[in-house]
Amino acid sequence: MPRALSDALLAAALTAVLLTPIFGLHIRVDGVNVSLNRTPMPVIVAVVIVFLLRLFQQPLQRLWAKLRAPASWRENALTAALGQTVQQPRYRLALWLLLLAAAMIWPFTASRGAVDVMTLALIYVMLGLGLNIVVGFAGLLVLGYAAFYAVGAYTYAYLAQQYGLSFWWGLPLAGGLAALTGFLLGLPVLRLRGDYLAIVTLGFGEITRLLLNNLNSLTGGPDGIGNIPRPTLFGLEFNRVASEDGTAFHEFFGLDYSGNHGVIFMYLLGLALVLATLFVINRLLRMPLGRAWEALREDETACRSLGLNPTVIKLSALTLSAAFAGFAGAFFAARQGYINPESFTFIESAMVLAIVVLGGMGSQLGVMLAAVAITVLPELAREFNEYRMLAFGLVMVLMMMWRPQGLIPASRPPQKLPEHAEATQ
Amino acid sequence: MSGFSFLEFLQQIINGLTLGSIYALIAIGYTMVYGIIGMINFAHGEIYMIGAYVGLMVITGLGLFGVHSITAILLVTLAISILVTGSYGWTVERLAYRPLRGSPRLVPLISAIGVSIFLQNYVQIGQGARDVSMQPVLTGGWRFGPEGGFQVYVSYMQVLIAVITVAFMSGLTLFIGRSRMGRACRACSEDRGMANLLGIDTDRVIALTFVLGAALAAVAGVLVSMYYGLVNPFIGFIAGLKAFTAAVLGGIGSIPGAMLGGVVLGLAESFASAYLQTEYKDVVAFALLILVLLVRPTGLLGRPDVEKV
Repeated sequence: MPRALSDALLAAALTAVLLTPIFGLHIRVDGVNVSLNRTPMPVIVAVVIVFLLRLFQQPLQRLWAKLRAPASWRENALTAALGQTVQQPRYRLALWLLLLAAAMIWPFTASRGAVDVMTLALIYVMLGLGLNIVVGFAGLLVLGYAAFYAVGAYTYAYLAQQYGLSFWWGLPLAGGLAALTGFLLGLPVLRLRGDYLAIVTLGFGEITRLLLNNLNSLTGGPDGIGNIPRPTLFGLEFNRVASEDGTAFHEFFGLDYSGNHGVIFMYLLGLALVLATLFVINRLLRMPLGRAWEALREDETACRSLGLNPTVIKLSALTLSAAFAGFAGAFFAARQGYINPESFTFIESAMVLAIVVLGGMGSQLGVMLAAVAITVLPELAREFNEYRMLAFGLVMVLMMMWRPQGLIPASRPPQKLPEHAEATQ
Repeated sequence: MSGFSFLEFLQQIINGLTLGSIYALIAIGYTMVYGIIGMINFAHGEIYMIGAYVGLMVITGLGLFGVHSITAILLVTLAISILVTGSYGWTVERLAYRPLRGSPRLVPLISAIGVSIFLQNYVQIGQGARDVSMQPVLTGGWRFGPEGGFQVYVSYMQVLIAVITVAFMSGLTLFIGRSRMGRACRACSEDRGMANLLGIDTDRVIALTFVLGAALAAVAGVLVSMYYGLVNPFIGFIAGLKAFTAAVLGGIGSIPGAMLGGVVLGLAESFASAYLQTEYKDVVAFALLILVLLVRPTGLLGRPDVEKV
């Protein structure tokens, strides 16, 4: 017990030292007078809690071990059954189809605001899936993903404003330019150990924000670019009044004008883009390139000894990932109608990273669910907005400790040799 | 104006050295941690920011108590800031990095970025997001140069920054080079597994590395809050990025390298803001990082990174 007491006293003292300057004292600036406000309450409460927890750590741990359900019970519960079901290819396909059907029917029954929020969620799904390529599959940390997103958004916005380019031309160009940026950025960095990429992309994100704010002639500076045209459906516009040589959607089909059409169209377009993203990524994963990404993540030296060129493989992952950010950016610009540098800060990059980490690195279903959760939850609880980033940071640390594989871990598609392969040997 | 006078050039060197000292102090924290556990400690910039806040608070507090002697202010502020940031360094390592030792490389990296985001927002919630400023403690300086022409200005604060930086750097060099614990540090960065086998408590050495790095970041933080008199929760982000650049520039893992890298970066930035546009000084730092990675990935004083299986 004396040992526990001294430990507890130490922990309490440490807590006091840590918390006092942040929560116990406030600098108040009042004209020229600077004074310190003392608010000891939160610190005292925290110190007492830490002291008690540390003092009774062992009894509490024993209690926890007793209360916790036995391992066998936890293993065999619903989760295991669900896991088994999801593993079966037949059920997997059915599950995906069910999800898709629900996602397609849902907007016609929901409110306009909800559909709009879900469209935003779809953008994050796209970003999450894109970042997942490089973080989840290739195992490289990218901390400036918002920069590629910005390149895509500004490419479309600029081209639409200067040359009147339509969304359908802007989309591939935005993706292409973002991919090129990723390629050029990765070229010098990826020859080295992967860690450097994290800091270089962090710097690149910051530089991009700076350039967006300062290159006034190209980006409009802090005001950004406005009046970005919305996408059309094979030339049909979703405005109340069509432009000079265009046709409006509701006129063509003889419907009454409704703002909902445009919103639902954007949602479905987002869904289509997400599906396209998923399709491309899943095809790639089964190709030698995709296999090489994962092999590289597991062991670079082994990969090299098998004749794979790590630089080329990493570069392909970064380029593709950047391309998807570019697509998402163009779609974002089209949805918003205006963009400014505020949408492409480090917070944005951190949020997408949180989505990937929370969902499970390499797990696409997990990333999609996490993207929806992270977009929708703050809308439901706006008063906690202040704590959102705090929670993201905490979640990243805790996830790395308890479940580095994410809430829904990635499952490897099982590869078995055909039966007769063994017989012929 | 002649455009390029020797005195203006000299002025930029002085400004650059001041800035470079700060970067060098922060960069040492990055380089030491990387040298020992091969991890980029993204939260280091945030530790520096906390040091700056504590510095500002202690100076304000001492002012309210009527302490005006510069030596007393400096000593007390440095001591308290080092205590607080050292505790942060230790706690962060203990809670967020130690449990992850031995996991794949990406795992501690993500944990570190999580800690960085957490600390930034935690200070923002505690202290508010706005700038906090104070009156400069030490004002005045010397002027050199012709009457009526361009004069080189060296403020007392700049001299103080240089003196303190040199003092702490020498202290660190002595500690690493001469003391028993310093030798253990060097052994760990050479080969951690072997050091462990030979009876060095590597966990303690790693914890010490974090505390030392955090202490130097606190010194940088205190000096910055005395120099600029302005602090907000976001200063750690850019400063951390720059300091990491400095560490890579000098050769990551090498302590003299971090010092040299900091000074080079400070000079580059000072010249960039004098002869180019001020907004682009951050771009210069970043371009320098890319350039170094392209031309000399091991940095100015770094050793080639031999990969072991």
